[in-house]
Amino acid sequence: MSEKKMLDDQHYEEMIQEESICINDNIVYEAPKSALYDTPMHYCPGCGHGVVHRLLAEVIEEMGILNDVIGVAPVGCSVLAYNYLNIDMSEAAHGRASAVATGIKRVLPEKLVFSYQGDGDLAAIGTGETIHTCNRGENILIIFINNGIYGMTGGQMAPTTLPDMKSTTSPFGRDVITMGAPLKMTDLVAQLPGTYYVTRQSVHKPTNVRKMKKAIQKSFEYQKQNKGTCFIEVVSNCPSNWKMTPVESNKWLEDNMLPYYPLGDLKTPDGK
Amino acid sequence: MKELKLMKGNEALAEAAIRAGCDAYFGYPITPQSEVLEYLSREANNRTGMTVLQAESEIASINMVYGAAGTGKKVMTSSSSPGISLMQEGISYIACAELPCLLVNVNRGGPGLGTIQPAQGDYFQSVKGGGHGDYRLIVLAPSTVQEMADFVGLSFELAFKYRNPVLILTDGALGQMMEKVELKPQMSREFKELEWATTGRKNGNGRVITSLHLKPDEMEVLNHHLQKKYREIEKNEIRYQAINCEDADYIIVAYGLVARICQKSADLAREKGIKVGVFRPITLFPFPYQQLKEVASNKKGILDVEMNSGQMIEDVRLALEGSVPVRFHGRMGGIVPSPEEILDKLEEKFIGGAV
Ligand SMILES: Cc1ncc(C[n+]2csc(CCOP(=O)(O)OP(=O)(O)O)c2C)c(N)n1
Ligand code: SF4
Repeated sequence: MSEKKMLDDQHYEEMIQEESICINDNIVYEAPKSALYDTPMHYCPGCGHGVVHRLLAEVIEEMGILNDVIGVAPVGCSVLAYNYLNIDMSEAAHGRASAVATGIKRVLPEKLVFSYQGDGDLAAIGTGETIHTCNRGENILIIFINNGIYGMTGGQMAPTTLPDMKSTTSPFGRDVITMGAPLKMTDLVAQLPGTYYVTRQSVHKPTNVRKMKKAIQKSFEYQKQNKGTCFIEVVSNCPSNWKMTPVESNKWLEDNMLPYYPLGDLKTPDGK
Repeated sequence: MKELKLMKGNEALAEAAIRAGCDAYFGYPITPQSEVLEYLSREANNRTGMTVLQAESEIASINMVYGAAGTGKKVMTSSSSPGISLMQEGISYIACAELPCLLVNVNRGGPGLGTIQPAQGDYFQSVKGGGHGDYRLIVLAPSTVQEMADFVGLSFELAFKYRNPVLILTDGALGQMMEKVELKPQMSREFKELEWATTGRKNGNGRVITSLHLKPDEMEVLNHHLQKKYREIEKNEIRYQAINCEDADYIIVAYGLVARICQKSADLAREKGIKVGVFRPITLFPFPYQQLKEVASNKKGILDVEMNSGQMIEDVRLALEGSVPVRFHGRMGGIVPSPEEILDKLEEKFIGGAV
């Protein structure tokens, strides 16, 4: 480290001390320490997974349900969620998270169970499990991260990939004639009598982050009341496989993903 | 007082599951074992509060089992050959995550959709792994309706003792046939929290059920641990039956239903003055290699009989290491050999006539 840098750091620290802004009264945000391990996440910079993990941790801590929650994370970029969330968790095979969650919830109905699934997982290989879990109205929360691509395996086409969007397996753009149109699973499950609360959120802007947090809170409240399946789609990004900077990816998400996957509630208890 | 009932094999197994205090069953209909799901749907929940859920597929069933077994509850599924094939990925995950549970395969004729008649074509799949990776199931092969019932409790005992999935490998005939069965008294479903099970965080640290270890050296350590456990199971859990083998000149080796038919063949042989004994492995994994070797030493010949093209015979040969001549008779596709047919083959292959 250069001498200049060291001086700068020192100067900076002194300045902080002098101004003394780091006092309890001034704290506006603290990491949810008991629900989130103090460890760096493996997610790429700017990826939505990290934000959703943090929100989950915040809600779990604030609701005081640390010892009542059991999470399921299937194969996909977030399979290691249990390295970040300090709660009881189960890994699941690709596509089977909602079946695994069903198994847990059926033998421990008093616990709060959630699955955390990617779009390849929930909308391709696990479509059957998703539909039937929602149709049975299992009392669980399904969080569905829709980043329009297969993240973990390196950017292949997902069922949610947009028309004409390029991926490693649709190098000329998704041709809807031969590859089908993007599947709107959230719209599908909203039709099923078993779902109680179905919503589409995002975490690309602070206001959206706050709304997403509310959606998680509500879902756990509904689960406590045994209302049926709660389903939250998060329209998210994958800067690495979209080959964009984090900022570009959020802009792209807004310009391209949101028109196809509009945000908002699809099904609410008051029947909106 | 003894509680005796006349029951179908599948129903006896289902009844035994209720009485063993099983917490949950997840399954999908397939002949010839749908009676298990049907019986449990009728009987289980109102008697013990047991969860019974008809899943949307065998893939869903086995993953529900994975989830529920991760909580330390007593859970099971059952199916028949094609359904068991669909479950293999999940079974591999369960074995790797070391979750105790009971699986039942009421084997039917294959490959493919095959027939709904009894067969033993799933021996390799059951005993040598089935799914991907180096894992073993404890495999029990009943040969009577009584054992269909008795092995349920035993399976749960072994599953929890070793944190390993246990498979009851039976067949369509045993599943469908009616016999007298003595039932065990009802056990309570009292739940004991297990320290590894995910039931909601306990001491400030989240517990994890997983089969993922990205670092190869960690994965190798886990594999060594599994292998050590399998060696332990081999040491402690071998079960077999040797019937009239001491004075026999010939031994028939068979498992499950076929072992029963072979006992009849052995009786017929003795009436003719040919001394035949029957060796029946009850645990197919662990296989009674040493026990078979001892029983078979100095015999004139071994006839291995199976309802397949010759699968267990590989283990029989491994056990005997060429010390005794081994011949095979098998029927496939759902055909059950008759006692006379088996005796004919024994005579033909060892005593006279064409080999
Ligand atoms: C049975 C099976 N098939 C394929 C894979 C390979 N695989 C792992 S993750 C994945 C897709 C991940 O995409 P997604 O579910 O959208 O999650 P993301 O990584 O984008 O968060 C695939 C195909 C697997 N692990 N198991
Ligand atoms: S590959 Fe994509 S989804 Fe996976 S961590 Fe990186 S940005 Fe996130």
